[in-house]
Amino acid sequence: MNSYLNIDHVCITFPTDKGPLNVLNDVDLRVDESEFISLIGHSGCGKSTVLNIVAGLLQASEGGVLLENKEVREPGPDRAVVFQNHSLLPWLSVYDNVRLAVDQVFKRTKSKAERDAWTRHNLELVHMSHALDRKPDEISGGMKQRVGIARALAMEPKVLLMDEPFGALDSLTRTHMQDSLMEIQAELKNTVIMITHDVDEAVLLSDRIIMMTNGPSATIGEILHIDLERPRDRLALAEDPAYNHYRAEVVRFLHERHVGHGSKKQDEQQAPKADAQASVDSDDAAEPKAGLRLAG
Amino acid sequence: MISTLRNQKTFESSTLDAVLNYLSGDRLLALTGNLARNVLVPMAAILVFLMLWKVGAQQVQTSLGELPGPDRVWEQSLALYDEHKAEREREAAFYDRMQVRIDKAIEAGKPAERIEKMQARRYTGTATFFDQIITSLLTVMTGFVIATMIAIPLGIMIGMSQTLYQAFNPIIQLFKPVSPLAWLPLVTMVVSAVYVSDDPWFSKSFLNSAITVTLCCLWPTIINTAVGVSGVNKDLLNVSRVLRLSWLTKTVKIILPSSLPMMFTGMRLSLGIGWMVLIAAEMLAQNPGLGKFVWDEFQNGSSNSLARIMVAVIAIGFIGFLLDRGMLMLQRAVSWDKSMVLR
Ligand SMILES: Nc1ncnc2c1ncn2[C@@H]1O[C@H](COP(=O)(O)OP(=O)(O)OP(=O)(O)O)[C@@H](O)[C@H]1O
Ligand SMILES: [Mg+2]
Repeated sequence: MNSYLNIDHVCITFPTDKGPLNVLNDVDLRVDESEFISLIGHSGCGKSTVLNIVAGLLQASEGGVLLENKEVREPGPDRAVVFQNHSLLPWLSVYDNVRLAVDQVFKRTKSKAERDAWTRHNLELVHMSHALDRKPDEISGGMKQRVGIARALAMEPKVLLMDEPFGALDSLTRTHMQDSLMEIQAELKNTVIMITHDVDEAVLLSDRIIMMTNGPSATIGEILHIDLERPRDRLALAEDPAYNHYRAEVVRFLHERHVGHGSKKQDEQQAPKADAQASVDSDDAAEPKAGLRLAG
Repeated sequence: MISTLRNQKTFESSTLDAVLNYLSGDRLLALTGNLARNVLVPMAAILVFLMLWKVGAQQVQTSLGELPGPDRVWEQSLALYDEHKAEREREAAFYDRMQVRIDKAIEAGKPAERIEKMQARRYTGTATFFDQIITSLLTVMTGFVIATMIAIPLGIMIGMSQTLYQAFNPIIQLFKPVSPLAWLPLVTMVVSAVYVSDDPWFSKSFLNSAITVTLCCLWPTIINTAVGVSGVNKDLLNVSRVLRLSWLTKTVKIILPSSLPMMFTGMRLSLGIGWMVLIAAEMLAQNPGLGKFVWDEFQNGSSNSLARIMVAVIAIGFIGFLLDRGMLMLQRAVSWDKSMVLR
């Protein structure tokens, strides 16, 4: 198994007041270099938990995570995290927030002037150069999220982890942010794992969408390969049958999980013609009976 | 480019708004409205208070005569100021006289030791009201600074370590509700036993008062600091873990700035309590300061005593208010959380 990032049969159980709670059961996923992965699933199923295990903020009870064949044991800047609520230090300016990360990661390898330039470069990348001296309180939610992304990018991570990065933004700002992210991604070719609740966002940005079953004992339900040309343009794609097919697939999955039916039922309206080259992976890693068990 | 455009736009519209408002008379109304709220209302309240005081005081007959009204208190505050000036003049006159004698002695070729002795002589007058204010302020500041220097590091350690929290919590909970005045006899005994020196820097009474203040200033600062430190946003701590910040960097860059507002909240509470306690301690122990002034006037029992005590009460309140405002300004200056309402 020589994949870039290997999430290897991860299980996690939390001790709670009502006894142990098995949140993730056998989550198994291989991610290639510069692949863009989305995690989607119902609230509380354990998406953040997966991300935190990859980040090293949580330890798997069983299984583990290998990055370039080295086991992940603790958090580190090679797996930078963009948190849902931006998590900027409110007492530091935009520049200083990013600079703190740059200083920490490159304290031995870059000179002071280089670190300054690198900080500015990354803020340039997210179009935040005009607000270097402002405090997080003084900029909008979208701008804060941009700075959070700049901070993560500035660490030159091997894997960029994003937990609902645009979840708190209004839809217009979110659209801008997604376009920015696609631009950056086209340039830097990062390996990304992103959690989202937004189906369009998932289809637009990802190479693969990982759909998780409901918890407890959540695992990977289905995996959807998105074979759309890059660069992708949201307006052109809105008319594209393939795009709409992918979209429908994700919606169908989420809907079925929500209602609690097994994954057998096919809704003809939502899964259009065969001309879409998409194929839903009937993923072998996932347990086939997961849906049924959840219904019970 | 875009931002400058935007600035211009808002600038234009706000100027326009202002002009329009002005033309429509809104602005004038708003101005008088503010004036009324911020100045007239408090003024009226004070006036009513003074009137009630005046009328109410006339009804109360004490063994020292009628309870003084605002007019007599005002009179006495002027009198206290005059006494202070007179005392300073006496002091200046004393040093003038001494200087003349010293000059004469030097002319007469007296031995150097005697001249030195003369130079070392200090004026020993009675402490005026204003001297007592200075003494009280110095005492409370000393006690407060000592308490802060102990409480903040301790609070940080307790906030950062669950074990230390468990260790210190019972002690803090036990001593926090103790009236600091209960400490006073113990402090007095300990100070007189331990602080023996031929050439003391501070008088014992000063130390007693200051330590009593310290003992009550400790708790709010310790508790608030610990709460601030342990309440640092978990996401920010995760940021520090992802960045692998060293313990020191984490403390300096994340934990301290994050808990600074809480620290200042604690310090502000401490200073307020310290000031109240100090006056009581000075009364109880006859230590120099405003409390002693009140007590002396009470014992004195002249016809002016009650009015003079009231002057002291008002001064105590006013100084307490100023101390609190000072701390509030500091608190605002260090507070990064602009949504926090500080008043
Ligand atoms: N430290 C913990 N102790 C106990 N239970 C936990 C802990 N962390 C998470 N859980 C539980 O694990 C489940 C999954 O949580 P997680 O935050 O990963 O969900 P999520 O998929 O990210 O949800 P959302 O979409 O709402 O963010 C939840 O039921 C939660 O209660
Ligand atoms: Mg989550």
